[in-house]
Amino acid sequence: MRKWFWGFLFIAFGFVCSIAAERNPRTERISGSAGDVLEDDPVGRLKVYVYELPSKYNKKILQKDPRCLSHMFAAEIYMHRFLLSSPVRTLNPEEADWFYTPIYATCDLTPTGLPLPFKSPRMVRSAIQLISSSWPYWNRTEGADHFFVVPHDFGACFHYQEEKAIERGILPILQRATLVQTFGQRNHVCLNEGSITIPPYAPPQKMQARQIPLDTPRSIFVYFRGLFYDVNNDPEGGYYARGARAAVWENFKNNPLFDISTEHPTTYYEDMQRAIFCLCPLGWAPWSPRLVEAVVFGCIPVIIADDIVLPFADAIPWEEIGVFVAEEDVPKLDTILTSIPPEVILRKQRLLANPSMKRAMLFPQPALPGDAFHQILNGLARKLPHQKSIYLKPGEKILNWTAGPVGDLKPW
Amino acid sequence: MKLSALQQSYLGRRSNSFRSSGPLDSSSDGAFKSPAAGFWLVLHGLSCLISLLLGFRFSRLVFLLLSTSSTYTSPFHSPTELAKTLDIRSVIPADPVGNVPLPFPNKTATNSRVVVGRHGIRIRPWPHPNPVEVMKAHRIIERVQTEQRLQFGVKDPRKIIVVTPTYVRTFQSLHLTGVMHSLMLVPYDLVWIVVEAGGVSNETASLIAKSGLRTIHVGFNQRMPNSWDGRHKLETKMRLRGLRIVREKKLDGIVIFADDSNMHSMELFDEIQNVKWFGAVSVGILASSANIDETVVEKRGEEENPRMPVQGPACNVSNMLAGWHTFNTLPFAGKTAVYIDDRATVLPRKLEWSGFILNSSLLWKDGDKPEWMKDIDTLDGDIESPLDLVKDPSVVEPLGSCGRRVLLWWLRVEARADSKFPPRWIIDPPLEITVPSKRTPWPDTPPELPSHEKPVIRIQEPIIKRTTKTRTSRSKRRSKRKHDETRTDRGTTGFDKTLQN
Repeated sequence: MRKWFWGFLFIAFGFVCSIAAERNPRTERISGSAGDVLEDDPVGRLKVYVYELPSKYNKKILQKDPRCLSHMFAAEIYMHRFLLSSPVRTLNPEEADWFYTPIYATCDLTPTGLPLPFKSPRMVRSAIQLISSSWPYWNRTEGADHFFVVPHDFGACFHYQEEKAIERGILPILQRATLVQTFGQRNHVCLNEGSITIPPYAPPQKMQARQIPLDTPRSIFVYFRGLFYDVNNDPEGGYYARGARAAVWENFKNNPLFDISTEHPTTYYEDMQRAIFCLCPLGWAPWSPRLVEAVVFGCIPVIIADDIVLPFADAIPWEEIGVFVAEEDVPKLDTILTSIPPEVILRKQRLLANPSMKRAMLFPQPALPGDAFHQILNGLARKLPHQKSIYLKPGEKILNWTAGPVGDLKPW
Repeated sequence: MKLSALQQSYLGRRSNSFRSSGPLDSSSDGAFKSPAAGFWLVLHGLSCLISLLLGFRFSRLVFLLLSTSSTYTSPFHSPTELAKTLDIRSVIPADPVGNVPLPFPNKTATNSRVVVGRHGIRIRPWPHPNPVEVMKAHRIIERVQTEQRLQFGVKDPRKIIVVTPTYVRTFQSLHLTGVMHSLMLVPYDLVWIVVEAGGVSNETASLIAKSGLRTIHVGFNQRMPNSWDGRHKLETKMRLRGLRIVREKKLDGIVIFADDSNMHSMELFDEIQNVKWFGAVSVGILASSANIDETVVEKRGEEENPRMPVQGPACNVSNMLAGWHTFNTLPFAGKTAVYIDDRATVLPRKLEWSGFILNSSLLWKDGDKPEWMKDIDTLDGDIESPLDLVKDPSVVEPLGSCGRRVLLWWLRVEARADSKFPPRWIIDPPLEITVPSKRTPWPDTPPELPSHEKPVIRIQEPIIKRTTKTRTSRSKRRSKRKHDETRTDRGTTGFDKTLQN
């Protein structure tokens, strides 16, 4: 009698499961430890204290140039706004696990909209001097339980030229803090162990507004729009993108399968939704908003950047979603892409269609569960609890406050 | 060895002096470590001066020449990567654009394979598409699109039954090939019922056999009359004959009427899968006229954008069928074509058959079908519009986002009734007669010749008078034929020249 009962229960369970699976529109769950992590909820797992800095570090800068809200470095501003109203925020610094300094270091823009990082080290220095003198928490750990959002080209190296950035290295006073940055390259000076890599900011409303019907057939094989030669800064080629973008152009400009050009079409987003592969090569820095756009529009990203560390690499299995091509293999790109078996391509498209994947790349306002803000908090929560060794004995100093170029020591 | 020392001194300078001044100091101590390096430094300075004069980096040219003579593994890869890359050496050419050696690896990035600085641009020897790979890519695209259709397209697509009335005439091949290719692209199951006036002919049969579709080719024992009115009536009868075939064979699917001169978009076939019983789509009318009348042109000039007239269902605000858009024949009153080869506007009927879609089960004798559908056996072929098939026109479902999307276009273009064409458009045996063309690419005949022909001109005068109208084309006529055929030509050119003088 019992057996019948359990058998019936089993059948009913299987029936319910199959119905639930049927309703799911053939997206694939990123299964395993990596995928489930995307849906973790950080609320209750950590507490963040937001320092009250004078508005010359944040609001006044934004007022001077509101373009900072829409360029690809806008994550620092939106992170601040998110934390101010988030349930993980605590007003009691004693119970906080992490401390956040709201400083908009990437908001000094040229007339064409590119951020100049020359004043950022001084700004950060002055902010840290302020918080270390007004609150005891910095000196307690010399910043090891603080985090900063530095979305600039080479993170906290604060320069747009790679050679200069490597020379400078990460700002010495930020060496112990956790850096939340877009730049990520293995074995690079500007990527600390334990940094959290985030995607660059891409405007979510604009992308949602330009969606085309899902049954529009994907007829473009490879799609790319952008510069191949940076004529202003590197006229002969070879420096920009380590020659990889130029190699893509020279090898595939005559190939009709490759829809690549330097134009700025108005249908850029729509075209990405009609493409199977979207190239995401490095530029002056290895990261680019193309990755975010490709993921949101379901186009398989082809990442051409050696040793790159992709956003939320510990939560998103990028190897299964994108195609990685070494820079030296660029001449063989067409062979590589056409030799991928169709089942693998379909699987990648199913993984990309997963809505939690798309949400994890975006910074929507107001924040949604599972979006990039929550992934950052998840990343911070995964680093808890802090090791006892980060707490310094009183009077002990590890950081050298006077290290770095002389220009950085000037007050801001 | 010397080459590498020079490289190192040069490269040391490059990495330290990216867009900044004062390079010489840093590299000078490196240079003096080896005695020959001093000489190379002087040589390098000399090449720098030359570059200043010439305007490009002269030393690069020297390196290019030197490195092509030596083995070319050194330019690209640091020694650690040599072993790995030896096998793909053949892919990378000897001298790509910008072949400059890698700079000295940066001291600060210890384990990094990625080196900062100038890199070469790798170009393969034949940077053109490989046809095998192109085919593979197309198969991938097809597979992805099939998957898309499965996921987001129509679920459980039904078979499409296409009814086409046709008859043998000059333009039949033109029109039928167009329809045939459209049907061949349809991704669903298809049955093509071709009803031919005048009986089954080899002409039509050979045409539709090329399609590879499942076809049912039947003949209709009446010849197609020469007037548009008569043609329309006969076509209606032929369509009913096609519908009777559907009933006899109990074909299951969606019935559409594809007239052979219409143009169909692929979205039409996706949209008709949504029909339940009896649907209608909007048809764009391309009522062209061979001789555009002036009054018509004026009227069109008044409007900003002369809009294409559209026939089809009209919906109200709540997307329910409210009426019908039909073709306004008033502007064309009295100027329409009556006979098939008239050079006047050909008008459609009030509602064209091609805009209506039926569920095939409406045509079966038995089976559950709505009671508003008339039995086609009871009709005698004197029905004016497809709406006469139903008792109540309000049951028609408007398709294509309620008639807002135009999914097919109606056109009637026919050749003259007496025009001949080779059967099956095969010219057999090949032509032997060559006819001089009006314009040939050979240059003008030399000018002395017309003076000899002057007496001929006088004889030819009456002919020339007649041809003054088309003088421009004739003056350009040149041919290389000798004697008689050309005498008139040369005569006319001579005449023109004398006129101009």
